[in-house]
Amino acid sequence: MTMAGPRPLTAGPAAQLRPVYQIERLSKTYARNRLTALTDVNLTLNKGEFVSVVGSSGCGKSTLLKIMSGLLPPSAGRVVLEGRPVTGPRDDIGMMFQQATLLPWKTTLQNILLPIEMRKGRAAAKVAIPRATELLQLVGLGDFAHVYPSELSGGMAQRASICRMLISNPAVLLLDEPFSALDELTRDFMNMELQRICTEQHATAFLVTHSLAEAVILSDRILVMKPRPGRIVEEIIVDLPRPRQLEMINTPRFGEIVAHIRDLLGKEAFQ
Amino acid sequence: MTVSPNPKDNPDADTVWVEHVALIDSVPRWLAMLGLAVVVILIWDLATARLGWVSPIILPSPGETLSDLIFVGKNLLSGGYMLTALWTTTRTVFWAFLIAAAIGFSLGVLVGETKFGERAVMPYLVAIDTMPKVAFAPLFIAWLGFDIASKVALAAFIATFPIVVSTAAGFYAASENERMLFKSMGANRWQTLIRLKLPTGLPYIFTGLKIASVGVMAGAITGEFLGGGKGFGALIRESASMLDTPRVFSLILYLSILGLTLFFLVAQVEKRLVFWNKADRPGGVA
Repeated sequence: MTMAGPRPLTAGPAAQLRPVYQIERLSKTYARNRLTALTDVNLTLNKGEFVSVVGSSGCGKSTLLKIMSGLLPPSAGRVVLEGRPVTGPRDDIGMMFQQATLLPWKTTLQNILLPIEMRKGRAAAKVAIPRATELLQLVGLGDFAHVYPSELSGGMAQRASICRMLISNPAVLLLDEPFSALDELTRDFMNMELQRICTEQHATAFLVTHSLAEAVILSDRILVMKPRPGRIVEEIIVDLPRPRQLEMINTPRFGEIVAHIRDLLGKEAFQ
Repeated sequence: MTVSPNPKDNPDADTVWVEHVALIDSVPRWLAMLGLAVVVILIWDLATARLGWVSPIILPSPGETLSDLIFVGKNLLSGGYMLTALWTTTRTVFWAFLIAAAIGFSLGVLVGETKFGERAVMPYLVAIDTMPKVAFAPLFIAWLGFDIASKVALAAFIATFPIVVSTAAGFYAASENERMLFKSMGANRWQTLIRLKLPTGLPYIFTGLKIASVGVMAGAITGEFLGGGKGFGALIRESASMLDTPRVFSLILYLSILGLTLFFLVAQVEKRLVFWNKADRPGGVA
């Protein structure tokens, strides 16, 4: 398997697919050092799909995420979310970072309302309080609405940041290694929580991660990227049944998929 | 296998040993402070009153100093000329601190937030900061006269720079992640400034204000030394010129109350405003 050809249409029955995020012929060149960070990236996220991208550092996955979130302009290609080109940050894009990045001077609830407050003002934020409370219940932080972030554990803080991402009902969730700063047990647990939340919200999610196991356990599809220049070399369809459980890590199929990706990435790493 | 005579070396017994605890760790803070004060005063007393190693003109005995402290205290409480002098210095310090805070904060925002400030203004500020600022005192006196204004100017001049530097550092302090979060929320520059960079920078700004609170004291007294007037600095200089060392000592002690008050006021405001910052403050002093 070398370069990925046209996207295979085997992700599911064609009738159910509604494309949410479409990227075609995307390339990104940094003028500063004439570095080609991305070349000819094509991908489609369908409604309710969970897609991950894995690759070694420097393969352009962070650049891809920044372009998808409207934080960075593309050099060429189409970047379209819900039929509208992404030309800057939008409130229908939900983002989550490695760190929870909660503001320490705001309570959990105020932190969750921050995106609304920023875009639509305090009055709109006040109106959104019931929705925020509902989200806090969803992630199991119902009792922590009026607590400051310094009193939350790492996992709890990331749950709060999930709520902040969901508060504006985004069309797509962009997850930038969201649990990589957590310990492994918490991380496994949070991944299962993320799956539950995404299922309940019918969310369309795009995850950037270093962890192959995390990508396999969460995703419907995995895009494997390689550096110099950053490109997608293969798309892997994860055919493990849903809902996923942590025990699936021990199944032969899981092992096969991880081994296959590791093989793909390993070849590049030692060249 | 032979059993070692020392039970401590017996691998089969419970491994019992006691961690060494320093004596100072078991002494309460107030006792340690009091103890040190007693020792210092005892040595001071020995060197001056008892053994006469040091001439009373150079260093008065603790007893002399105490009686002068009481005398000055009475004068202050009865609203005598010393209270007028202290009030003059207090006003100087107060205005200088306010002016330094306003100018320092504004320049700090300019330097920390704009490329123009960072590239064009900062080098000049650094250049001025490296000058011995006390040397400007004669200029301020020439420009503003011998009244309180020239002292305020000198004190504010000295205290401005730490506020500029700490404010600028505070505005840089927001992390890459936080900036990205605000960008992704569509925050404009003003929103990012007020909602993110200012609160993040507050602990830094208060560090600068605390340094400035010490700086205005030094500036005000230096100004009063050099430019006369009716403040506490002038009293100290007069007493010193008459070799009245006990008076100099007690004036300095009362003056330190003014400095401490300002410092603690700033610290209290910080505690209220930066309630989320539970960074260890050594010994709870600052």
